[in-house]
Amino acid sequence: MTWEIVIGLETHAQLSTASKIFSGASTAFGAAPNTQASAVDLALPGVLPVLNRGAVERAIRFGLAVGGAIAPRSVFARKNYFYPDLPKGYQISQYEAPVVTGGEVAIVVDGEERRVRLTRAHLEEDAGKSLHEDFHGMSGIDLNRAGTPLLEIVTEPDMRSAREAVAYAKALHSLVRWIGICDGNMQEGSFRCDANVSVRRPGAPLGTRCEIKNLNSFRFLEKAIEFEARRQVELIEDGGTVRQETRLWDAQKGETRPMRSKEDAHDYRYFPDPDLLPLAITPASMEAVRATLPELPAAMRARFVEAYGLPPADATTLTASRALADFYEAVVRHAGGEPRACANWVLGELSALLNRLEVEADASPVGPAALAGLVRRVLDGTVSGKAAKDVFAAMAAGEGEADAIIEAKGLRQVSDAGAIEALVGQVLAANAKLVEDYRAGKEKAFNALVGQVMKASQGKANPAQASAILKAKLG
Amino acid sequence: MFDHTLPELAALLHGGKASSEEVTRLFLSRIERLDPALNAFITVDAHKALAAARAADARIAAGEAGPLTGIPIAHKDLFCAKGWKTTCASRMLADWVSPYDAHVVERLDRAGAVLVGKTNMDEFAMGSSNENSHFGPVRNPWDTARVPGGSSGGSAAAVAARLVPAATGTDTGGSIRQPASLTGTCGIRPTYGAVSRYGMVAFASSLDQGGAFGKSAEDLALMMNAMGGFDARDSTSVERPAEDYRRDLAKPLAGLRVGLPKEYFTADLAPDVGACVIAAVDELRRLGATTVEVSLPNQALAVPVYYVIAPAEASSNLSRFDGVRYGHRAAQYADLNDMYRRSRAEGFGPEVRRRILVGTYVLSHGYYDAYYLQAQKVRRLIAGDFARAFAACDVIAGPVAPTVAFPIGEKSSDPVQMYLEDLYTIPVNLAGLPGLSVPCGLGAHGLPVGLQLIGDYFDEARMLQVAHQYQLATDWHRKAPPGYGA
Amino acid sequence: MLSRDDVRRIAELARIEVPEEGLAAVQHDLNGIFGLVERMRAVDTAGVEPMAHAVDLTQRLREDKVTDTDQHELFQACAPQVEDGLYLVPKVIE
Repeated sequence: MTWEIVIGLETHAQLSTASKIFSGASTAFGAAPNTQASAVDLALPGVLPVLNRGAVERAIRFGLAVGGAIAPRSVFARKNYFYPDLPKGYQISQYEAPVVTGGEVAIVVDGEERRVRLTRAHLEEDAGKSLHEDFHGMSGIDLNRAGTPLLEIVTEPDMRSAREAVAYAKALHSLVRWIGICDGNMQEGSFRCDANVSVRRPGAPLGTRCEIKNLNSFRFLEKAIEFEARRQVELIEDGGTVRQETRLWDAQKGETRPMRSKEDAHDYRYFPDPDLLPLAITPASMEAVRATLPELPAAMRARFVEAYGLPPADATTLTASRALADFYEAVVRHAGGEPRACANWVLGELSALLNRLEVEADASPVGPAALAGLVRRVLDGTVSGKAAKDVFAAMAAGEGEADAIIEAKGLRQVSDAGAIEALVGQVLAANAKLVEDYRAGKEKAFNALVGQVMKASQGKANPAQASAILKAKLG
Repeated sequence: MFDHTLPELAALLHGGKASSEEVTRLFLSRIERLDPALNAFITVDAHKALAAARAADARIAAGEAGPLTGIPIAHKDLFCAKGWKTTCASRMLADWVSPYDAHVVERLDRAGAVLVGKTNMDEFAMGSSNENSHFGPVRNPWDTARVPGGSSGGSAAAVAARLVPAATGTDTGGSIRQPASLTGTCGIRPTYGAVSRYGMVAFASSLDQGGAFGKSAEDLALMMNAMGGFDARDSTSVERPAEDYRRDLAKPLAGLRVGLPKEYFTADLAPDVGACVIAAVDELRRLGATTVEVSLPNQALAVPVYYVIAPAEASSNLSRFDGVRYGHRAAQYADLNDMYRRSRAEGFGPEVRRRILVGTYVLSHGYYDAYYLQAQKVRRLIAGDFARAFAACDVIAGPVAPTVAFPIGEKSSDPVQMYLEDLYTIPVNLAGLPGLSVPCGLGAHGLPVGLQLIGDYFDEARMLQVAHQYQLATDWHRKAPPGYGA
Repeated sequence: MLSRDDVRRIAELARIEVPEEGLAAVQHDLNGIFGLVERMRAVDTAGVEPMAHAVDLTQRLREDKVTDTDQHELFQACAPQVEDGLYLVPKVIE
């Protein structure tokens, strides 16, 4: 008997606004403790929240991008609980009436496309941070992060493996950056996932789930789900039952453990926040946001296949991030077409370089115009494909544009028929044995002769031209 | 001079007959002499007040004075005033100095009013007698064995005793109108959203509204001119053009339709209070108004609804007082949760603790629909009653409180008896309407009685017109408590 | 009617210490208040829209601009316990 793992994810994407969701304090990361906690963020007596337009617009962007429904009227509620990093004693969040409902995110696992349905996405504020270094046995509270706008994106329990969950998380991560609502910085906590995991026999009703909190890397997400599913299966197989609880991923030990602070069954006493009126989103304001949306990854992928004739796999890779897709399109534009050759360069040498440097395409040391310049030189025969790789390496090292490097390094391909004929003549004269072998029907000998011509030209002869002339001469 | 209304004081100040410094010193000396018996103030700062007075004198000399420039005022001690202790009459905030100004404080400051002190109140505005103060009860200047009403009892007593010409207050369920009635002062609670709540420490956010006390309707209009108006920092502040609340004061009442809710004139109303209110209504008729009976059929549900909604909002609003960033922290505790439990139990008085517990219960799992949601629905029915009533009248008149001021201690042991004190004022808060109280006679024991006028949304100017016309014809509002008059 | 356990439960939710010997008095007061509130529960409110706000308006939006500056020293002047700009609390357990 096999077990089926059922996974739903709740992702907190920090919205890339300049100021907080309900106050005018900065959201910049890394400031000295409490220097970006305003009177509102600190919940001083008498202060009141006012909603940030930037946060609302980003939520609308997301809703439109996933094909969800944007609520014409949504409501902010108070989620009441005591915790030192929660200054008001409640978190302002959306409960019964979220800003976005429904929608879906496409994922590709093992070359197959699937869709993960979204339940909802709602606006809320982040809490501060508790620092556990020792302050005479006490904890330190930094409220700089309190009030940072978050979009909490909740899926249906649609994923069936840790790999699917990771594929979804990556697709979502790419999407929120693609539409410019979140910087996606996982180290800084801008994109955090909680996973709801349960196991069941295939076809059986859903099992009891555990929520694993604050998984701030794709690797932890995968490992935590795998661990948790195994834990639950072992528990059930040993005759136990899974208890619904909140668990924390311990990266050091590679295991999940119950969160002590969440031990009491929580009674959050949600109610509509009387300090905030219902959020109305008119069709006009929705259309205004829609007009600023970029082409979405799915549409762009389809266009790459159709208009550029790219293989679907290449189109998928090129649209994995907005930066890479934009880069690719710029290369094609500068190259004046030749989308397939451009794709090969972007997916090959350029991607290898970006991986090595661990940067996004928009921070590439070789820009799209420069890469297009090199692609053109390959296509017009100025350099051989092999030499072009050296040229690219030199460009990446900051040695200049393609043409200058080709000249400086003397990598220009020789395509002058006279010069190649002279070289062929020399090679034929010096390699009588190979000529004899060729005439005796040994095809390999021909390749060896081409190699000799290339060697004599120090690699600069146009290989196609060299072999044509050689063939003609050999009769 | 201490018996003057605001326009009378302004005439002296701006006509060069007295300086703000002199006027401020006069009121400071009255506070020093008379307040020990009343306990109307939590904080008085003569130094700051005199500095502000001198600044006001400079403005007057420069010809830049407005109607309130140089006039001493007091703020209820839940308006945050930068550099001033803002205690909410709670041990929780006994030492808290506000680092910022409330919108109302800012506006009155800008108008040149001279802040002399912060007034006593029921802790976090929860109470109808001013007995729930960490700083001790406020006494009614008409009879110091009696309560001044609450929760803005300090402001009411201060204005009644001529310790200050005008003061601010807040009204969540009657906390301006009821003490105004019990102390023979004028008090206005404007339409919800007319005065910014920014910097006004919250009790029940959907009901709280700042307002003012003075000695005449015109005083209230002048205070409202300074306090009212849009503030982007309060999401519930209503964006509308600034208005002059005095604009209709001089208009006669001919043609005015006064609605008399039949539910306000029943056996719940003490006969002495009823007689004063009916006499006042007769006076309005003499002044050209017509009266019409209206009905507020859900009025009896207002107190029950209020004691679900207000505690629910309060339980959440007061969660921020956790001993972490400001306010009282217990000296002894075992761990974090123990620190919370003890700090809050020690920092809050019994009534505040009681309401937090009630509010926590009605919001808790399994009770929300039966209590909180149901209360919100009945709230809409109550608001609907007023909408129907205002289709037949321009302004509603009735009593403010069922009785005159009661003795200190009489109701303090029975919360429910105390809550019923507000049965005529609470419906107004639930609907979000404006209401005011003006003195309309003396009832039992020679104690003042207030007439409540309720206006339609943002119809304060008409309410003030009715009150002003009434005051032109009568002089109840000029009566000072024995021993406190000129 | 609230039981002693109800009182204990809400006191814990509200983080307000109610000593065992004080439970009965608190229970008595709360039940008095709920007796008053009871009248409202019987009203037929079928089809009535809950009224959460006194004004029937929608939320106004703020422009996304940083308008607040660092005032942590002023804000922390009244804090019970601070160190290195942090508010100190009894150890937080995750």
